[in-house]
Amino acid sequence: MRIVIGALLGAASILAIGQAAAATKLTIATVNNGDMVRMQSLTDDFKAKNPDIDLEWVTLEENTLRQKVTTDIATKAGQFDVLTIGTYEVPIWAKKGWLVPLDNLGADYDVNDLLPAIRAGLSLDGKLYAAPFYGESSMVMYRTDLFDKAGLKMPEQPTWDFIADAAKKITDKDNGVYGICLRGKAGWGENMAFLTAMSNSFGARWFDEKWVPQFDQPEWKNTLNFYVNLMKEAGPPGAASNGFNENLALFNSGKCGMWIDATVAASFVTNPKDSKVADKVGFALAPNNGLGKNANWLWAWSLAVPAGSKKVDAAEKFIAWATGKGYLDLVAAKEGWANVPPGTRASLYANPEYQKAAPFAKMTLDSINSADPNHPTVKPVPYTGVQFVAIPEFQGLGTAVGQQFSAALAGSSTVDAALAAAQAIATREMTKAGYIK
Amino acid sequence: MARRITTTRRITVTAGGWLAGFIIFFPILWMVLTSFKTELDAFSTPPQFLFFHWTTENYAIVQHRSDYIHHAMNSIILAVGSTVLGLAVGIPAAWAMAFAPTKRTRSTLLWMLSTKMMPPVGVLVPIYLIFRDTGLLDTHGGLIFVEFMANLPIIVWMLYTYFKEIPKDILEAARMDGATVGKELVYVLTPMAIPGIASTVLLNIILAWNEAFWTLNLTTVKAAPLTVFIASYSSPEGLFWAKLSAASTLAIAPIMVLGWFSQKQLVRGLTFGAVK
Amino acid sequence: MATQQTTTLGRILSAPSIILLFLWMIVPLAMTIWFSLLRYNLLDPGQESFIGLLNYRYFLTDPAFFTALANTLILVGAVLVITVVGGVLLALLMDQPILGRGIVRLMVIAPFFVMPTVSALVWKNLLMHPVSGLFAWIATLIGVQPIDWFTNVPLFSIILIVAWQWLPFATLILLTALQSMDEEQKEAAEMDGTPALSFFIYMTLPHLARAITVVILIETIFLLSVFAEIFVTTGGGPGLQTTNIAFLVYAQALLQYDVGGASAGGIVAVILANIVAIFLVRLIGKNLDA
Repeated sequence: MRIVIGALLGAASILAIGQAAAATKLTIATVNNGDMVRMQSLTDDFKAKNPDIDLEWVTLEENTLRQKVTTDIATKAGQFDVLTIGTYEVPIWAKKGWLVPLDNLGADYDVNDLLPAIRAGLSLDGKLYAAPFYGESSMVMYRTDLFDKAGLKMPEQPTWDFIADAAKKITDKDNGVYGICLRGKAGWGENMAFLTAMSNSFGARWFDEKWVPQFDQPEWKNTLNFYVNLMKEAGPPGAASNGFNENLALFNSGKCGMWIDATVAASFVTNPKDSKVADKVGFALAPNNGLGKNANWLWAWSLAVPAGSKKVDAAEKFIAWATGKGYLDLVAAKEGWANVPPGTRASLYANPEYQKAAPFAKMTLDSINSADPNHPTVKPVPYTGVQFVAIPEFQGLGTAVGQQFSAALAGSSTVDAALAAAQAIATREMTKAGYIK
Repeated sequence: MARRITTTRRITVTAGGWLAGFIIFFPILWMVLTSFKTELDAFSTPPQFLFFHWTTENYAIVQHRSDYIHHAMNSIILAVGSTVLGLAVGIPAAWAMAFAPTKRTRSTLLWMLSTKMMPPVGVLVPIYLIFRDTGLLDTHGGLIFVEFMANLPIIVWMLYTYFKEIPKDILEAARMDGATVGKELVYVLTPMAIPGIASTVLLNIILAWNEAFWTLNLTTVKAAPLTVFIASYSSPEGLFWAKLSAASTLAIAPIMVLGWFSQKQLVRGLTFGAVK
Repeated sequence: MATQQTTTLGRILSAPSIILLFLWMIVPLAMTIWFSLLRYNLLDPGQESFIGLLNYRYFLTDPAFFTALANTLILVGAVLVITVVGGVLLALLMDQPILGRGIVRLMVIAPFFVMPTVSALVWKNLLMHPVSGLFAWIATLIGVQPIDWFTNVPLFSIILIVAWQWLPFATLILLTALQSMDEEQKEAAEMDGTPALSFFIYMTLPHLARAITVVILIETIFLLSVFAEIFVTTGGGPGLQTTNIAFLVYAQALLQYDVGGASAGGIVAVILANIVAIFLVRLIGKNLDA
């Protein structure tokens, strides 16, 4: 009896080992954005090329995903083998040694093809710590029909004054058309992403070289005043709780004359299935004030491998597949060039077929190229990151400041009061975290 | 036996009841309608009530993208598992507090409720670390335990209230007849408590079904219930209201069925007076 | 009536619940108290150091603290009033001989089935949105300016959403309690021609007292930690108008990853919840024993 059981156990364990050798299972944590969902549906191609690797997907809404992935990596729980993280996390986590440097992506990966701005945002000391899956900046999307009607012509590089002037001219509140839609909902990745990028073009900065908050400086006052006045005159009602998606819905249903937001929105607003104004959209660079910095940001959703993972080889194979040139061709072949994940590779923008399918290609590329995460502001700063400050405290701090700024927009607080509150909050948090001695 | 019910009264309360029901139900109805619209129609102005282009493409997309059955099964396992455990431990406790109260009963009850006072997010890290070290992350057992503990105070409280409603003289009569405590529990108390137990079960299954903090933070794949399924449709970059409505409609469908059956139990409770 | 025997039996029967809940409470609580005395950021592992009560000082002197406290109490209070009053009325209505009562009851309890995040998103974007929402359309239809819900009355909007979610809970519990009312009493009262209002005040309400108490206490516990609805609609803004204590703890825990600060916030929240509970018990607790 005992011998039989022993034999069975032995057989079972051999089977188990056999299976383990046959398939390494990668658990991939990713965001529920369209491009990642598409990647998930193209898994079969990867499986065909790598029969020994199984993929298991955890697809979640951005904030939930960020919480889970951060908790997991910080406690070394090891539930994920591939992480989808943004340009905010990569430099912080790489510095802590939480990510595996990706120096084994294969001979045909062509790391030099990655757009320099994006690559810089994902590297530390010259080493790439995450591979960009798609990249984005921000730009102006505007309604060509409304501009024609008002006799306006959008320059390729508008100034803020032009934007404000055009927004007021286009606004026709009786017919439900608002000159400009901008983010207003409080949050470090919501209104603060937009306002931080905007403040860069006004010459403002979050901190000076000694980490002293700068909300008491005139540049911030100009930024916020301009924003609040513009939105009061030409923005939609409810702007203080509008985020990316609310504005997208407004723009697509024809309520906005202009919208300054993520470049990936270009493919949504020009898609006739989702947009009433698909054939009436033009693009321009994010505005500036002639100070040398545009109001555009830089973000890349990227794939990384947590340090301590036992499946680094398989994970790198997957990353090389998902962010390589072959993947772009695969998506193009299956779903058309317009659906290729944008903003990561120079070769994509050199491809005439892509240029034809994506009218927003050039503007996206120019926007990304004009962002510099290592020198985001007019005056010198001790941090990196364009629409964020790449320090661990920024999520909380940015959200608290964002609440104040949304109050200024809602009219329940004044610009001066909001800035004073922001200065107090930032000073307090930075003191608590030990930046200000 | 039955009360005389005039026709006018019946018409009035029927109209009032349906009106109230409709108003309360309307946001859900709107969500279900939205799930059959295109993303573009979902936020069109003026809103479209019935004469829009009906489509099932959202359901097709959801079906194609995620494993609904897997998540629904996990939700059922979690909700039923934690409720069964809760009843097994909670019924005796509620019985004891209702029928053999001591000086400390009230403070015990309040203390039980106070175990729920900590905002979950405040204890996330301790629980996460315990789960990591005991290998309970992403397991049914671990999550059932959390939901069981989270809902036990509610179960005890609700059962206690319902048990208290049961007239004492019935129990005393049963005791006079020589019924043991066990028999009393099974033959006298339980049948009388059916409506109470039914609504306790329903509420706890709903609470476990919708619990979105622990389920999102402590599961990844294997034990991930419908809350995780929903979270993969909520707020992506891009229009999502129709798809989220479809996913959400799918997520509440099973529990609607359960709601239907348990509200029948509530009606049976009404006729129980006649047996007495 | 409680004999020695039943008392012992009662102890045995309630022991499993008490022991389990005690463990469930004490282990995380002890860890939380310990963490609350440390400088402990999840993003800085290995750097933990003992800092005494500094986390508490920062949490309590947060300029947002008192606003958040007030918002928490307003939110809890307002939702309680709406759900208890509405719940009693609905329960009475649902107890009537309505044609198709099953369906109506299901419709009334249905909001409880929807996940908080989803209901908040549906309310915000499909109903309350001042441009494309249904309410705005109704407003323009009757010729008034649409309400800009989350800008002008943000906290009230949240209260409305949360009350909608919890109304079914109150209704269900109160309805179940109504079922146990003596049918014969009702009939007798009707025969005697007792006015409906005085029957309600002198018979029904006292009968429902315990159930109402339970609704208030249980709801309070859940409402004190309302968070998802706020996060997806306003992100705590504009300003601090919709920031509550749970949101502050969230910001500490899952934005700052400041485990020390979040633990201190959690302990403060527990103390505040206890104060609220003690107050409530003083006010209505006698209904529990009756």
